[in-house]
Amino acid sequence: MVWIHSLAHVLIGEPASTSPEQALGARAGMSVAELKPDQIAPSRAGGEVAVEIHGLYKWFGEFNVLRDVSLTVRRGERIVICGPSGSGKSTVLRCINGLEPFQRGEVVVDGISLGNDLKRIAEVRREVGMVFQQFNLFPHLTVLENCTLAPLQVRKMPKAQAEEVALRLLKRVRIPEQAGKYPGQLSGGQQQRVAIARALCMNPKLMMFDEPTSALDPEMVKEVLDTMVQLALDGMTMLVVTHEMGFARQVADRVVFMDAGQIVEINTPDEFFNHPQHERTKLFLSQILK
Amino acid sequence: MAEGAQAVSVAGGLAYVRSEPAAALPPPFASTGLIGWCRANLFGTPLNAVLTVLTLLLLAWAVPPLVRFLLIDAAWSGADRQACLASAAHPDPGACWAFVRDNLAYFTYGSYPIDGRWRVDAFFVLLAFGIAWMLWIDAPWRGIGALYFFGVFPIVSFFLLYGLPPLGLAIVDTSRWGGMLVTLVVAVVGIVTSMPLGILLALGRRSRMPAVKMLSVIFIEFVRGVPLITVLFMASVMLPLFLPPDFSPDKLIRALVGVSLFSSAYMAEVVRAGLQAIPKGQWEASGALGLGYWQALRFVVLPQALRVTIPNIVNSYVALFKDTTLVFFVGIFDFLKTIETARANPVWSTPVTSASGYAFAALVYWVCCFSMSRYATGVERRLAVGDRR
Repeated sequence: MVWIHSLAHVLIGEPASTSPEQALGARAGMSVAELKPDQIAPSRAGGEVAVEIHGLYKWFGEFNVLRDVSLTVRRGERIVICGPSGSGKSTVLRCINGLEPFQRGEVVVDGISLGNDLKRIAEVRREVGMVFQQFNLFPHLTVLENCTLAPLQVRKMPKAQAEEVALRLLKRVRIPEQAGKYPGQLSGGQQQRVAIARALCMNPKLMMFDEPTSALDPEMVKEVLDTMVQLALDGMTMLVVTHEMGFARQVADRVVFMDAGQIVEINTPDEFFNHPQHERTKLFLSQILK
Repeated sequence: MAEGAQAVSVAGGLAYVRSEPAAALPPPFASTGLIGWCRANLFGTPLNAVLTVLTLLLLAWAVPPLVRFLLIDAAWSGADRQACLASAAHPDPGACWAFVRDNLAYFTYGSYPIDGRWRVDAFFVLLAFGIAWMLWIDAPWRGIGALYFFGVFPIVSFFLLYGLPPLGLAIVDTSRWGGMLVTLVVAVVGIVTSMPLGILLALGRRSRMPAVKMLSVIFIEFVRGVPLITVLFMASVMLPLFLPPDFSPDKLIRALVGVSLFSSAYMAEVVRAGLQAIPKGQWEASGALGLGYWQALRFVVLPQALRVTIPNIVNSYVALFKDTTLVFFVGIFDFLKTIETARANPVWSTPVTSASGYAFAALVYWVCCFSMSRYATGVERRLAVGDRR
């Protein structure tokens, strides 16, 4: 239903309720973006909308870090967001689960509109798993305790069940034997896989990855990417900020390119890498794919 | 090059390919064992050697007289000053432990009525039981232990010590409490209340709510800016001036409140340092998993923050324990004050009485503070498992 609504936006134009500046900002964004997200049919059309971002603006003090960001993620879709550093990729992810507040626009996750209401933010966070560049495991808890903490405290799951789920997911990321260890005793790649398992333990409907391999030694990147590919094959809805273009080619349904706080281009991996449309995209790709 | 590993020279000596692995050799002689340790730690450099020799000389100069005074020449028993005076048999009298033995009950109970001292003993037992339950990390039912220590024990102790006439426990006014009893009451109340208050104040100071933040900052900075003795004087002398005459809280309670508020301000800064040491990512990861503010605090942030501040927390506790002696300035007979009073008693008036009393006080305070410090070291080591990064 929601996507029909958003499609209507594209066909009819900006809704009447939009304020003049917002419309102006939107038009400025349009001039940069060659393609609007909703104009592309998702390759695995689940139909249901998982995340709907509409006309998102955010400021850090005076600095306008996000400008007219609009993106619709459908259930089962894998989206890779790339772009130069400081382009606002991570900030978009952080707006989706309420780690960053935004000043204008709309973010709807799984039908829940995200505002400043703490209760709603908590509701959204239960459904959205997040994996960070720096892992952010809890160093004072064992791997198993890291995984069971949120199910126990947030979902109020019985301990035996939480541990069973955690062990199953640790098996899935292929480190069940590390369950009793502390994060500090694991390698970076193992820590990141624990972080993935920890997020999965909450049984999220959407998984977000914020540069999950950027803090890893080159030898360990593959094991984390393999885990993510496995997750994608299992049908998880994924939103991935990464510089791993190989991963984008292999897994993504759509690639989103951001620059200076705006979405510049959204396309299928094939089109994106082989026939980039926007000049900025071409420049970016020529620099990273040398 | 070690035997066994032969380099194969390739391409004119610039390239190198190892043909056999190098064997691990035992360390050279005199870098391990006692000799190695002495060489490394005591005589490593000329300056080190000089310092070692000087330290040995200092010990040789200071330790034997101290041992003579405290142990060899000391008078261990006796009924009055005669035991500790110089005599033909003892031309050079040592410490007068007989004085300490004779006054031990006074040092422990102060002027608490003699027939009611079993109540103080019972309090000591309940306290020791509670502390042991709390400090023993693997103890069973620690939740019940906490309920006992923070809920049941204070109430029972209050009625036990102060009195509960319906149960046949006569009222004993706090002005008659004294000695180790008062020192322990002040220290335990200060230690137990300063932690939660300090955590709340530290959180308040980091709060995004301006009113909460400002009140916390004002409280912390005001209390830290005045000496404890001033807080105690204000509590005992000035407070009654502001309160209606028929409502005058007990002197000991006023001192307890003063000590607690004072130490909580210091604790707040210690805890704040710990909170600041926790990376923002820990809050974010907790939030992203759906944990609320208090859950993230309780399960993720505080356990880590308190762990990194254990040395500072114990430092505060040790300082607090010794600062309890300041209550004697507002007329409360703590442990040190009872020694002070007893040494002025003419029955035990000798040249060595004061030195003996103070030596005993030093020993008692040292044992208490050193145990706290050792316990904390143990906990730190135990909790360090997760810190191997």
